[in-house]
Amino acid sequence: MKILVCTKLVPDTSESDVSIDKTGKDIATNGLKFDINEADNYAVEEAILTREAKEGEVDVLCMAPQSADVVIRMALAKGCERALRIEDPRVNVRNPLQAAKVLAAAAKDQAYDLIFTGCMSSDDKNMSVGAALAEELGMNHAAMVKHVEIGDGKVTVQRELEGGLLEVSEVALPAVLSVQTGINTPRYAPVRELRKAMKKELKVVNLDDIGVDENQVNEAGSKVELLKLYYPEVISNAEMIEGTPEEKAEQIAFKLVKGGLL
Amino acid sequence: MSGILVFAEHRRGELRDVSLEMLVAAANVAPQAGGEVTAVLMGSHVDGMAEKLAGYCDKVLYVDDAKFENFNAKAYQMAMSALIKERQPQLVFVPHTAQGVDVAPALAVELDMPYVTDVMGLSVVDGALRPVRSYYQGKLNADYALKGEGPCLLTIRESSFVVGAPEKKGAIEKIASPVAEDVVGRRFIEYLEAAVGDVDITQADILVSVGRGIKEPANLAMIQELADALGATISASRAVVDAGWLPHERQVGTSGKTVKPKVYLAIGISGAFEHVAGMKGSKNIIAINKDPNAPIFTVATYGIVDDLFKVVPKLIEEIKNLKAS
Repeated sequence: MKILVCTKLVPDTSESDVSIDKTGKDIATNGLKFDINEADNYAVEEAILTREAKEGEVDVLCMAPQSADVVIRMALAKGCERALRIEDPRVNVRNPLQAAKVLAAAAKDQAYDLIFTGCMSSDDKNMSVGAALAEELGMNHAAMVKHVEIGDGKVTVQRELEGGLLEVSEVALPAVLSVQTGINTPRYAPVRELRKAMKKELKVVNLDDIGVDENQVNEAGSKVELLKLYYPEVISNAEMIEGTPEEKAEQIAFKLVKGGLL
Repeated sequence: MSGILVFAEHRRGELRDVSLEMLVAAANVAPQAGGEVTAVLMGSHVDGMAEKLAGYCDKVLYVDDAKFENFNAKAYQMAMSALIKERQPQLVFVPHTAQGVDVAPALAVELDMPYVTDVMGLSVVDGALRPVRSYYQGKLNADYALKGEGPCLLTIRESSFVVGAPEKKGAIEKIASPVAEDVVGRRFIEYLEAAVGDVDITQADILVSVGRGIKEPANLAMIQELADALGATISASRAVVDAGWLPHERQVGTSGKTVKPKVYLAIGISGAFEHVAGMKGSKNIIAINKDPNAPIFTVATYGIVDDLFKVVPKLIEEIKNLKAS
């Protein structure tokens, strides 16, 4: 079975401030830590688990600058065989359909049976690249996948719906599956494998190498335009408790026990 | 090219709220989109839903076909594509839900449509529509412009538009199924309920809820001690459940449970939209988070910006003291 897993490098902004850069359309990335997108980390694991169960090989594909190589090597150390990194500043990565078009061009000649992606990226959260990629490649797809069972020429998936309800569906191969976080327990890369991973193939290509017309995937070619980023109006009626950590705890404890909250 | 086509969502015989929310959003911008708001309902024997939708739009196109009894991304894409080509609306709304995101991206590629996802606001500037979406866990918003003639496809975030009483009486038009052929490549099998556990967090008066900020499962002991001191039940954000530290039955949010306790203590939870949607109806919300910009503070009654590992131990001690006194 020929498997591909697509990954994205994202800034960790969960506990840090985000500042808007001079263009007003992007964020200042200095000081931010970048890592593999959380859902993609689960996708890598699912790809490797599938290969371990069914044999074959797993390629990893990432559209990112060179700084992503650490993350890509990690995926190789976990068990992916080969890596392809697309590096081209002309790509308008904010547009999920344009990103998918580029990924599709890189994947189209490989005749993959199964492609895994994360179901969303933590920065943009379009939840779109997987299904868009499938459409570009003429493959079937399923999004929000929380469980995969490989059958003969098909997969049975459980998709996570609202409220925790699961939808069981059958999808014919070849297919793109966008996996939800929590689908498995991502492994850590063994240290000895990290050294071996340095010797595995990591090819870097640009748009010209994969035959993509830049006008289709650059900002000018986008059918939507991000006009500006801005801070949302924060409407908070919260009473902020001030003081030392101890004083704050005392005040909250009082409100809870004596203040009639309970 | 005119009007707005809104694809309604239903599941297991229930029209989902987001369907009406999308119609409200569509009605707000209908003048800019050249007029009519048309709901599209595809299902099997769902006349009641058609009538409900009619209260919020100018017209309901109703496809009564067993193929659409349950969601099938492939069947939906075929039908949506056919209807959009035939009707040539300026705008198309699909919910940004587990069903919507399973079909919308492929549809956008197929028809080469301008496409903005997870839209939570729609404003009009100089006659042009400006979809609003958020980035970086809600820390930034962005205004978008749609280029070209359309049709343009927007996926609409749940709970973003307020639905009032029905004020319209749209005509219900039964149309032939746009999908005559068999659907191959994808097949709906069944629904599976999430595993039912011993604890029902929706019944608790006090919830002590933990998020990513707890860092490792060993620290749950401290949270349990706090819950015990308060007589509370422990719940969690998605991150904690994904990591396997607590079972799914404890998860609060769109993919977990919706809770409305008297007191909701959010510890180390940043408050992503999906989480807040599941707990904002709580009577009192106390949030402890070290990030002053964490969105959880926008719904909190009381907020503490600090290191939870400094605050919680003292909080346990104080609660015990006060209860003993």
